[in-house]
Amino acid sequence: MSEISQHSTPRRAAKSGGMPSLRALLTLLAVLLLAAVPFIAPSMQLLINLALAKGIAVLGVTVLLRAGQVSFGHALFFGISAYAGAFLMASLPGADLILVLVAGVLGAALSGLLVGLFVVRYRGIFFGMLNLAFSMIFWSILEKFYHVTGGADGIRLPRPTVLGMVLERSGFEAVIFYLSIALMVLLGWLTLRWFVSPVGQIFQSLKTNETRLEYLGLSPKRVLLSGYLLSAVLCGVGGSLMAMTQGVVTPEYVWWVRSAEMVFIAVLGGAGSVRGAFIGALIYEIVRVYASAFAGDIWQMLLGGFLLVIILFAPKGIMGIADGLIHRGGKRRATTAEEAR
Amino acid sequence: MTATNKAGTAKPPLLETRELMIKFGGVTAANNVSMQIEAGRNLAIIGPNGAGKTTFLNICTGWIKPRSGKVFLEGEDITPLPPRKIVRRGVARAFQIPQLFTEHTALENLLISAAAREGLRNPLQNLHNIRQRDEMMHLLDLVHCTDVADRVVVELSEGQRKLIDIAVALALKPRLLLMDEPTSGVASSQKHEVMEILVGALAEAGVTSVFVEHDMGIVARHADEVAVWNAGNVQLRGTPQEILEHPDVIRDVIGEEVA
Repeated sequence: MSEISQHSTPRRAAKSGGMPSLRALLTLLAVLLLAAVPFIAPSMQLLINLALAKGIAVLGVTVLLRAGQVSFGHALFFGISAYAGAFLMASLPGADLILVLVAGVLGAALSGLLVGLFVVRYRGIFFGMLNLAFSMIFWSILEKFYHVTGGADGIRLPRPTVLGMVLERSGFEAVIFYLSIALMVLLGWLTLRWFVSPVGQIFQSLKTNETRLEYLGLSPKRVLLSGYLLSAVLCGVGGSLMAMTQGVVTPEYVWWVRSAEMVFIAVLGGAGSVRGAFIGALIYEIVRVYASAFAGDIWQMLLGGFLLVIILFAPKGIMGIADGLIHRGGKRRATTAEEAR
Repeated sequence: MTATNKAGTAKPPLLETRELMIKFGGVTAANNVSMQIEAGRNLAIIGPNGAGKTTFLNICTGWIKPRSGKVFLEGEDITPLPPRKIVRRGVARAFQIPQLFTEHTALENLLISAAAREGLRNPLQNLHNIRQRDEMMHLLDLVHCTDVADRVVVELSEGQRKLIDIAVALALKPRLLLMDEPTSGVASSQKHEVMEILVGALAEAGVTSVFVEHDMGIVARHADEVAVWNAGNVQLRGTPQEILEHPDVIRDVIGEEVA
């Protein structure tokens, strides 16, 4: 898939023969399996749809992780996108699904630009906490401006039309489900391509040497802003899909726990891994739902313990374990680009 | 000193500093430094540790702003500009401690440099497929690092990293290259060979160079001109022969026993 891996050391290249195609095959199988969920396990459809929406948002957090930055406030763009869709539906009843999605993404992109212009001046803990601060400011606005935002109750998001057609609930859920899968594939592929492109590689080099970036004639702030915008847009797509799936948007969309959850899932799946974002989201949602059903109030503890085990014994997350199995027997070290997958 | 072009008008020097002053605490790192660097020369800067040699490079590239004084690039005042804007005007820098992207391979470091130079923005193009790949492989060949092209730079020796750092700077196709101890970390047996190749490449590309150096053998053989730094200013300037035989230089910089 990526040329970069093919240009690793001859020793590495020799041992990587056939591996990308195996990975691609497994990905294809996973996508087909997901597409079959409405037929083979219809009760899981909603759960999987929520996981896919979250996965796309986590992909946004993953992009920033590739530059060594952690945002604890990216639910802001998730929420802004969701509310933009809800406001659109309130002012334009019967608006099309695509319009809701576009409005949400535009809202996320615009807010990403405004917030990004400020936060790209900071790194590390300051970057993370400033993002959190912005998300909490927006959360308090949503809570306090009850007459506009509906306060803690939020706003209902009526079912949008689909290409001008008014669909029944089941039909609409199917459309949203397959749209989520299509967007997962498209945005996942685009993000992978972006990671190995010159602009994506420059973005990732922020992690190791900003001084050299400056001495290549580039502005590290501007480079970070480009990736920040991409991450905001991805969170926006996730938020819009989540809002249309649930039919209601509440301040909980931007609550700090939602942001932390995104980071949690990104680390769980494999920090910086595109596939890991979706696998992490699927596992997280499944564990969350079933653990809360069967383990009552201790499901958070179970998830916390699970993450602890991952960090201690598999710091590259679930994708790291999967890669280890694929490479079993080999001692090859993955390149930066390969880790992205 | 000022050159004259074909039209007979005075052509400003490639780089000129006027009365640069900067202090760090009680230490004067640049004390009224005024100097001109003409195009097409290889100027070596020598001097004891703490004399302000690296500070001079930092000021010329905009990393540090002087308390007073100005830096001109072909007559344009570049003093207030950030490093990236000075780089875009054709001034590149190689560092004493190599500044590389440590999670990338040697070749990828050069490809990123080429992508930055060309302003490549296509998000769907693979970095390894850019048109400048052959040119970058040639640069790696020039610094004898072809065999480590696909190795992550953190795995390389200090000497190899220094050479790749220089290649990354050269990849920008600069007019002026500022290098801080370009051969430190390079095996003694390879120092002259590397400098030979480097100076040849610079001449071929028409790149002017300024390099800080402690190895007097390198200075004697590869510099066109030498500036001796002491206590934040240029103490002496002349040909390598004039400078390296000067009694003050032998006493203060080279050391009498070595001489």
